[in-house]
Amino acid sequence: MYVRHLQVGSFRNWEHVDLPLGPGPTVFVGRNGEGKTNLVEAIGYLATMGSHRVSSDAPLVRHGAEQAVVRAALRRGDRELLVEIEINPGRANRVRVNRGPLPRPRELLGMVRTVLFAPEDLALVRGDPTERRRFLDELLVTRTPRLAGVRSDYDRVLKQRNALLKTARLARGKAIETLDVWDGHLTDYGGQLLAARLHLVADLAPHMSEAYAEVAGEGAVVAGLGYSSTVPLAGTGSAVAPGAPVPSAAELTEAMRERIAERRNDELDRGMTLVGPHRDDLVIHLGPAQAKGFASHGESWSLALALKLATFALLRGEGEDPILILDDVFATLDAERRAALAAVARSAEQTLITAAVVDDVPEELRGVRVEVGGGYAVVVKDGPGVGERAVVEGRVP
Amino acid sequence: MYEGAVQDLIDELGRLPGVGPKSAQRIAFHLLSAESTDVSRLVAALTRVQQEVRFCVTCYNVAEAEQCRICRDPRRTDDVLCVVEEPKDVVAIERTREFRGRYHVLGGAISPIDGVGPDDLRVKELMTRLMNGAVTELIIATDPNLEGEATAAYLARLVSPMGLAVSRLASGLPVGGDLEYADEVTLGRAFEGRRRIDA
Ligand SMILES: Nc1ncnc2c1ncn2[C@@H]1O[C@H](COP(=O)(O)OP(=O)(O)OP(=O)(O)O)[C@@H](O)[C@H]1O
Ligand SMILES: [Mg+2]
Ligand SMILES: [Zn+2]
Repeated sequence: MYVRHLQVGSFRNWEHVDLPLGPGPTVFVGRNGEGKTNLVEAIGYLATMGSHRVSSDAPLVRHGAEQAVVRAALRRGDRELLVEIEINPGRANRVRVNRGPLPRPRELLGMVRTVLFAPEDLALVRGDPTERRRFLDELLVTRTPRLAGVRSDYDRVLKQRNALLKTARLARGKAIETLDVWDGHLTDYGGQLLAARLHLVADLAPHMSEAYAEVAGEGAVVAGLGYSSTVPLAGTGSAVAPGAPVPSAAELTEAMRERIAERRNDELDRGMTLVGPHRDDLVIHLGPAQAKGFASHGESWSLALALKLATFALLRGEGEDPILILDDVFATLDAERRAALAAVARSAEQTLITAAVVDDVPEELRGVRVEVGGGYAVVVKDGPGVGERAVVEGRVP
Repeated sequence: MYEGAVQDLIDELGRLPGVGPKSAQRIAFHLLSAESTDVSRLVAALTRVQQEVRFCVTCYNVAEAEQCRICRDPRRTDDVLCVVEEPKDVVAIERTREFRGRYHVLGGAISPIDGVGPDDLRVKELMTRLMNGAVTELIIATDPNLEGEATAAYLARLVSPMGLAVSRLASGLPVGGDLEYADEVTLGRAFEGRRRIDA
């Protein structure tokens, strides 16, 4: 799929942008701080209803404005998809698809598919488990939109149960009567979420090994993925063997129920839920070791890149190229890794690249540029004659 | 902060459900600038509610007498009892005309985040009502959201030693919602197709 036209209003530093885009690679170039990343961030928001840079929506709304709007016309095969999101920080977003309002904003998830690679992704390898869980769950929902509901129900039960555990700590016995009930709901949703994550990790693992081999070049150690869980049946953290069977949601629910029962006293002491997918981690392996705290800086970068390329390959394998977004990444890669990324970027149905210095971007990707600066975004294409440039379209403050 | 009386009004309004600090301020200033007859009517309505409307001593529905209209109605059957969260749910179910038994209003749902546990609901009162043996079927019609489901599961477990038929409204209700927003036909159908829960 590709974005054919992007409009944003009061999004980040942009008051209004109206930008025609096309399939193939497009490079957004301009000086630091002009708003290049902001434009691709808006497209990423259509896919995940979140930003790759901040966890809340408030920073996305232009200073002084009440709400931001992102509107995009996409092509999906031979079909046109019109998506419009009104971002209302602190309140529910309003989403319209093909001009019809969606009853629930989260029904949008899965319709627009992007894979975004940015400097922030180093945290996938080196950061907290939270980052990796978010990565897994976002991808999960992209592939299986139904899981957005399971995930939000799980979070809600978790909040209720933690609130109960906190009060139960003060008044033991009294509140515990109802704990069993929340356990039932928690393990129910938890089992579904776990099963889905395990399937995802198993599907992603072979793509990860392949992508890392391409990125790191000949003779590099093998990278792999594993899942480490607080639920015994769900994962030991070691790399997933190809074709390894995944326990069913029902089995995982049961295993989680047993484990929770065993840990009840600890949970009461600490006043929080200690067992479940919210405490698990995606484990990235480099050879026999866990990458976190072990891989060098360069290796960590390669692993993060490979994870995103693996995601791209997985989604592509399901029938349709996601939109590939590469935010400010070419400058940090060496020649070999740059070439590996360029190969995928060239083949993707649409690749959107940001760079402060256009020379950092491999030449074959530079044909179409959006020059960003002074509050304008202008589309520039290489003209018919060699070296000639023609302003095709663009504007706007 | 405003001076005494105005701030008191804003604080009180802000304690109402669904009214945030901003709206509380807006309502307060609206009242300050409103015609004094309008404000008097509001005050009178509040006073009347406080003095004349009370909760039915049997089912805790709103009532203008000791017992509500439904509890006093001799044509209704005593063997089926429908448990709901709020009086507004009684109104919603009555609209469907599917149900001829009696009600029990819990006064909310279990929600630890809001500090609401079974002791804060009329659960003890429900158990006392069930004790006399007249009720043989219990329909749990709490809201089809997480807290409603948790309350239903808790009640089902609690009454299971009594050997009643316990059922939950059938699916088809919009999940995550409020009973009162379900339309009559959907709610009526959910009643017809209620399913047994075995705790
Ligand atoms: N909510 C907002 N309202 C107004 N301006 C904002 C808002 N959020 C961010 N900005 C501005 O947007 C600019 C950053 O834009 P962006 O991150 O897209 O830059 P960039 O072109 O990608 O730069 P770089 O080359 O450094 O990555 C900053 O100047 C910042 O002050
Ligand atoms: Mg940037
Ligand atoms: Zn009554």
